[in-house]
Amino acid sequence: MFTETPFIRKKKRNEVIAKCFFGFMAAAMVIPLFLIVGYIVVQGAPAISWEFLTENPRSGGAKGGIWAAIVGTFYIVFFSLAFSAPIGVLAAVYLNEYATENWFTRIVNLAVVNLAGVPSIVHGLFGVGAFVYFANFNDGKKSIIAAALTLAVMTLPVIIASTKEALSAVPRQFREACWNVGATRWQVIWKIVLPNSISGILTGVILQVSRTAGETAPVMLTGVATYKLLDSTGLFLYHPIKDQCMALSMHLYYIATQANNVPKATPFAIATVLIGVVLIVNAAAIAFRVYLRSRKKW
Amino acid sequence: MKPAVPRASRSQLAIMVERVIEGLVYICGISAIIFVFGIFFFVFKEGAPFLAKLNFTEFFFSKEWIPTSSVQPKYGIGALIVGTVSVTALAMLIAVPFGLGAAVFVSEFCTGKTKETLKITIELLAAIPSVVWGFIGLSVMSPVIISVFHVPVGVNLLNAALLLALMSVPIMVSIGEDALKAVPDSYREAGIALGATKWQLIYRVLIPAAKNGLLAAVLLGVGRAIGETMAVLMATGHAVNIPDSIFDPVRTLTATIAAELGETSHGSPHYQVLFLIGVVLFSITAVVNLAADFIVKGIKRK
Repeated sequence: MFTETPFIRKKKRNEVIAKCFFGFMAAAMVIPLFLIVGYIVVQGAPAISWEFLTENPRSGGAKGGIWAAIVGTFYIVFFSLAFSAPIGVLAAVYLNEYATENWFTRIVNLAVVNLAGVPSIVHGLFGVGAFVYFANFNDGKKSIIAAALTLAVMTLPVIIASTKEALSAVPRQFREACWNVGATRWQVIWKIVLPNSISGILTGVILQVSRTAGETAPVMLTGVATYKLLDSTGLFLYHPIKDQCMALSMHLYYIATQANNVPKATPFAIATVLIGVVLIVNAAAIAFRVYLRSRKKW
Repeated sequence: MKPAVPRASRSQLAIMVERVIEGLVYICGISAIIFVFGIFFFVFKEGAPFLAKLNFTEFFFSKEWIPTSSVQPKYGIGALIVGTVSVTALAMLIAVPFGLGAAVFVSEFCTGKTKETLKITIELLAAIPSVVWGFIGLSVMSPVIISVFHVPVGVNLLNAALLLALMSVPIMVSIGEDALKAVPDSYREAGIALGATKWQLIYRVLIPAAKNGLLAAVLLGVGRAIGETMAVLMATGHAVNIPDSIFDPVRTLTATIAAELGETSHGSPHYQVLFLIGVVLFSITAVVNLAADFIVKGIKRK
C-alpha cells in the first residue's frame, strides 16, 4: 500500500503549483483577448444597424454606413482567391505528387517558406512595382485587380502549405491501386486524390478568406482608396480594372486615425463588423474541419 | 500459348491533355520561386536608381529622416531601424516567456477537450486583423497606459510592444507545441521514474530536448513582429526618435513605408528610398525565416 508521506505531499503540491504557473502564462494571453474583443463589441454593437451595413458612407465617412467598404472587401477577397486558390492547389499537387526528393524541390520548398515570411508591406511594394506600374492595368493608378493580385501572391504560400498537408493525408495505397489499373498520373489526382482531400483543401482556402479580408497595408498601396462610393448606375458596382474601391480594413484605419467629426462609436462598429467577419469565417472553417475529421473513412 | 490480351491504348488527344496539364502543374509548382525573385526584383528595381546617389553610412546610421524637405532632404533610417529593433525586442521580452509558457501548458498539462478548446482559441487570436490590433492600441491600450503609468502620451513603444507580443504569441504556441510534442514520451517516463518533479521534468528534460524547435518558434515570432505594419503604425506614436524610455514614441521601417508611399510621386527620390527600405526589410525577414526553417528541418532529419 502507498501511504502519503510528506515527500509525496510536497511533490503533489509542487505539481499543482507548476500547473497554475503555466496555466497563468496561457491565461495571460487568452483572457485579455476576450476582454478586449468584448469591450470593442460592447462599444460598437449599438451603432450597428441595417442602415449602417447597407448605406453608402456620407460626409467623408463621418455619417452614413459602410456598404461600399463591404462590397470592396468582397471584391478583393473574391478576385484574390480566384487567382491564388487554383495556383496554390496546383503548386501543392506538384510538390506532393510530381516532385521527387532532390535539390530543386528543396529550393521550391525554401521559396515557399520565404514567401510566407515576407512582410505584408513589402508585398505591397511589390504590388506597386509589378501590378500598378509594370503590368499597368489602370494607367499607372491603383486598381482592384492590382490589390487582388498582390494579396493572391501573399496568400499563395499558406494555401500551398495547407493543401500539401491535405494531399499527403490521402493514403499512398489509393494511388497505387489506380496506377495498377492503368490510370495516368493526372487521372489519379483528378479522380481520386483531389476528391479525397477536398475538405482539407477547402478549409485552408476558407481560412485565407479572413486573412485577405483583414489585410490593410498591401491593399492601401495598390488598390484601396479612403473614399470611393459605389457607382449605382453601372453594370458592376465597382469596375475591377478601372476602379479603386473601399475596404473594411482600410476604412477602419481611415476612420480611426484621419477622418474628422466621426461619432465615437463608428470605429468600434467597423471593428466589430471586421472581427465578426473574421471570427465567423474561421469558426466555420474549424467546424468544417472537425466535422470532416469525424467522418473520415480511413 | 499466351491468351490474347487486348492492349489498351490511349488516344493521341489524351496524351496531349496529360502533357498540357503536367506543364501547367509544373509552372504553378515553381510559381513560389518566380514570386520570391519577382518580389526582390520589382522592389529593388523601383528603388535602384537612387543607389547611385546613396551614401550608405548616412542611410544606415544617420537618425535624420527628413524626406520631404525642399531644401535638403535627408534619408537616414538609423532611427527607424532603432525603432523597429526596440519594438521587436520589447515585444519578444514579453512574448517569449508567455508564449513558450503557454506552449508548455497546452502540451504538458492539458488533455482532450481543454487542449482542443485552447488551441482553437489561440488560432482565433491569430486571425484578428492587424488593423484591428492597431485600433485596439489606439482606443483601448492608450488610455489604459496613460492612467496606469501617469504618462502624457499613450501611443508609444510599450503600447506597440504589447500588441506585437499578443500578435506573435499564437505562432510561438503552435510551433512550440509541435516541438514539445516531438519529444518522445519515453523521455518523460524516464524522468518521472527517476522521481523528477514536473518542474524538473520541464526544465531539465523537455526544454533541452525541444530547444531547437522552441528557438524556431521564437524566430518565427520575431519575423512576424519585424514585418508587422498596421498595428505599429497606429500604436507607436509614429515619431522619428531614438527612445530613452519605453514610454517614448518611436517609428518603424514598415510604418514609414505605409504612411509615406501614398504621398510620394512615382520615381521621386523619396519614393525610391522607401523601396530601398523595402529591400532592407525583405533581406532581414528572409534571413530570420530561413534560419527558423533550417532549425526545424534539422530536427526532422534527426
